[in-house]
Amino acid sequence: MAAVAVSGVDFRRPSRGVVVALILALWLALWAVLKGLHTLALGPAQLTPLHQGLNDLNDAIGASRNTNPLFLYFFNEIRLVIDEFVILVQSLIAQPAFGRPLPLIGWLGVVALAAFVSYAAGGFRVALLAAAGFTFLGLQGLWQESMDTLALTLSAVLIALLFGIPIGIWAGLSDRFAKIITPVLDFMQTMPTFVYLAPLTLFFLIGPASATIATLIYAAPPAIRLTAHGIRNVPGDTVEASESLGATRAQTLGKVLLPTAKRTIILGVNQTMMAALSMVTIAALIDAPGLGKTVIKALQTLDVGTAFNAGLAIVVLAIVLDRVTTAAGTRVERARQNRNPLAAKVRTGGLIGGGALTAVAIWLSYTYVWAAEFPSDGEIGGSIAKGVATATDWVQGNLSGITNGVKDFATLVLVDPLQSVLTGSPWWLVAAAVVAISVVLGGVRAAIGSAVCLGLLVATGLWQDAMATLASTLVATAAVMVLGVVVGVWMGRSSHADRFIRPVLDAAQTMPAFVYLVPFLALFAASRFTAIVAAVVFAAPVAIKIVADGVRAVSPTTVEAATASGSSAWQTITKVQLPMARQALVLATNQGLIYVLSMVVVGGLVGAGALGYDVVAGFSQGQLYGKGLAAGLAIVVLGVLLDRLTRAAAARTGRA
Amino acid sequence: MTAQEVEVDPVGAGQPDPVISVRDVWKVFGPKASEVPKSPELCALSRRELMDRTGCTAAVRDVGFDVAPGEVFVVMGLSGSGKSTLVRCLTRLVEPTSGQVLFEGEDILAADEKRLRDLRRNKFSMVFQHFGLLPHRRVLDNISYGLEIRGVGKAERAKRAMEVVDLVGLSGYEKSYPDQLSGGMQQRVGLARALAGDPDVLLFDEPFSALDPLIRRDMQNEVVRLHREVGKTMLFITHDLSEALKLGDRILIMRDGKVVQVGTGDELVGAPVDDYVRDFVRDVPRANVLTLKWIMRDPRPDDVLDGPELGPDVVVRDATRAVLAAAAPVKVVRDGELLGIVGDEEILAVVAGQEADA
Ligand SMILES: Nc1ncnc2c1ncn2[C@@H]1O[C@H](COP(=O)(O)OP(=O)(O)OP(=O)(O)O)[C@@H](O)[C@H]1O
Ligand SMILES: [Mg+2]
Repeated sequence: MAAVAVSGVDFRRPSRGVVVALILALWLALWAVLKGLHTLALGPAQLTPLHQGLNDLNDAIGASRNTNPLFLYFFNEIRLVIDEFVILVQSLIAQPAFGRPLPLIGWLGVVALAAFVSYAAGGFRVALLAAAGFTFLGLQGLWQESMDTLALTLSAVLIALLFGIPIGIWAGLSDRFAKIITPVLDFMQTMPTFVYLAPLTLFFLIGPASATIATLIYAAPPAIRLTAHGIRNVPGDTVEASESLGATRAQTLGKVLLPTAKRTIILGVNQTMMAALSMVTIAALIDAPGLGKTVIKALQTLDVGTAFNAGLAIVVLAIVLDRVTTAAGTRVERARQNRNPLAAKVRTGGLIGGGALTAVAIWLSYTYVWAAEFPSDGEIGGSIAKGVATATDWVQGNLSGITNGVKDFATLVLVDPLQSVLTGSPWWLVAAAVVAISVVLGGVRAAIGSAVCLGLLVATGLWQDAMATLASTLVATAAVMVLGVVVGVWMGRSSHADRFIRPVLDAAQTMPAFVYLVPFLALFAASRFTAIVAAVVFAAPVAIKIVADGVRAVSPTTVEAATASGSSAWQTITKVQLPMARQALVLATNQGLIYVLSMVVVGGLVGAGALGYDVVAGFSQGQLYGKGLAAGLAIVVLGVLLDRLTRAAAARTGRA
Repeated sequence: MTAQEVEVDPVGAGQPDPVISVRDVWKVFGPKASEVPKSPELCALSRRELMDRTGCTAAVRDVGFDVAPGEVFVVMGLSGSGKSTLVRCLTRLVEPTSGQVLFEGEDILAADEKRLRDLRRNKFSMVFQHFGLLPHRRVLDNISYGLEIRGVGKAERAKRAMEVVDLVGLSGYEKSYPDQLSGGMQQRVGLARALAGDPDVLLFDEPFSALDPLIRRDMQNEVVRLHREVGKTMLFITHDLSEALKLGDRILIMRDGKVVQVGTGDELVGAPVDDYVRDFVRDVPRANVLTLKWIMRDPRPDDVLDGPELGPDVVVRDATRAVLAAAAPVKVVRDGELLGIVGDEEILAVVAGQEADA
């Protein structure tokens, strides 16, 4: 350490690369000799004592659920309240209730209500979009599934905001509280989504309550963060002005802070909504009703057509929810610019008229079956599914040469070798190599962190699965970074490209993770490669954006100076822009890794095997429950390991 | 209003009871801030040394002054000298670490929360450098904000707000939003908001620093006019000496949190207490600030004493013509008593900027 610190900057950086290369070479040499020794392999049905212990714990908790006071008076109460709430919302729009064969509000009422709320929050155009989108859901033959998803999403969002906004306000007002809450939020957001599904089911059973709580955990952070951010960014002068006029704290909050931060808070609501939708579909793994369940069932039977139809419904729902909340944010601004008194009158008229029409539609849908039950039996959805199935068959029949070629090439050349090195080496060799690399990249502290993580991985009993997952993760992350650098540099250098690509990336980021699987499943069938591609597509937008922003942030003067001294475009990129955007590159790698990891479980659904499969199997088979839990833990540990390592490396590059 | 017109005795004796009286006020930011004013050893340190020793910033150090009713009192100093902190200590937007702030004899630091709110609602108003307007409210609603939080009814609020709209020259803009106005107009809104509550004291924290020079001059004239019309006590912060001289009856110069000198404009220019103040006032057009009492000399035996008579508080610029036109030196006289004389030489020294330090 000390020696490294004293040696000159010029000498140190290349030498670090060389040292890492040496470590890797040594590892390879030892692997060639020791292959197959101490690999800690575990068969699919095999369990370690830890897994058995977790199973027993699950059983024990199950047995004491109705006797243990902690459950009786705490967890069960929470579960009941949330269940009741979700069931209430479901019985409004999704599920038969109160002795009726249909929900209280039928399709006509829901469409009218959606349009009306969109009109009130956004404007006429989003109202049309909402009405069209919702009607399309019905035409797809997925009305009830969509409404279940919507009901669950809205319930989770409501609860998330109920807690999130006050917490956000508090964090915005108090530095001390902000310091406490920020790492918690970081943790909530970086943890791969599926991981807390399993532990939650321990306490809240499989079902809507667990699904809602998981969704809450995942979706609340943006609302908290953005509320705090909005409050914090209200100019100090404005707050002081209010105080100097003798406002009470409540007055300053209600009349100054909240109205001024309104736009940012609505942005937080938007992000919370999108995150909730994404998580609700994933929560189908623990039996949350709705579109996610349709997708999962279809994925498990490799029915691409049905999966596509349901995936499309998720996309439509996502677009409607996103557009409406975004429009709500911008309306605040537009109303202010618009000084035309006529517009205000038209709007008031529209609200009254629309409200009346909506009330009538709701009444109709409550009273008459034709307005309650969606009148289509989903021919459109059926033809979408059939069309996609046909197309898939055709692709798999005719393009299999190409798709299989791509798949086999990537699998044979990239994934397999890496995986066989990682899974075939003795565990202590891998551990030693990783610790050594940590020392070089991040110093002693990083190495200690890595050692602890590796120890935990061994303890989960899923070492070999973890190594297989690690191999896929590394390949996927490498692909993400290639995409990130190529597209990111392009966007960073050309504002034209940026203008076109950024909206696409934004849209891609609002899509629930599931949706990515479907087209690739169609192209590549179920395989590790499919899962990797889906993960790459899921993670690439973040990485691209970070790189693009990093490249853009390089001072134009520096770039100009490089150009003026005769650098070619290539030289400018490789010698000026990329080195100066190094921080962004490391951050992009870090985020890319986290995003790829959070797709591991989704990948488990389409043949990724390893940890992803373990988790999925744990949800569906009782005797594998403990193993699934351990696999979830292993994913978290992998995530922490990679996250810490890249961060430590980033801190180093930052200082260099 | 301006320095030239001041009729009060500059030393402060014989003035009416002060509206605001500040005694030994300290504001220290940092860990264990309250220890600093108590320890004579720490008090003696410079700001820099204190920072190194304790990690505390002494923003305001042992400041004291009085503001008379109807006076415009200016606090001046370079950036970071503690002006904003000082003015915020007066209404406890920043809680002073120690000391005493009296408003009409009442100890503000002892006021409970409710009393403090009352004082802020009825007695003080403040105008801010970056305006501090509410972007989501129209001009009229911004102005009536202070009345709203006091619980004044809607109709009355609107009526009062319209009155001040006219007073500050914002008529026709009531329905605009702040971001539709220029900086100067926005600050008029800030001014109107401060006036709406009809406070006794107006506090200004560098209200015009963010404006460009022409608009700044307009706004300064606006303040001069308002002071003439409503006659409120004002405490004005600035780092611009010409602004201070133009508006201030008396000026307090701060440096690193401490008071360096308090006095009228001509006192600062005529008798700076140290090089810091001297540096500050170096570029002032002295003829516009100095009065005859600063440049007069004792009559010499060979002087002819039959020239015209002028008062000691006549500004040099205004006396120039009379002095140069007269054949004999001008006699500076107060209440029939001859204080000194001013000849061509003294006048020219000031006008040509060569006068030796008084
Ligand atoms: N909340 C705070 N915490 C710590 N230090 C502060 C705080 N507010 C002000 N200071 C410090 O106190 C000193 C005086 O600041 P102040 O804002 O009062 O100066 P100023 O004279 O108003 O300067 P300017 O002309 O730039 O507005 C500065 O050194 C500043 O860094
Ligand atoms: Mg200031």
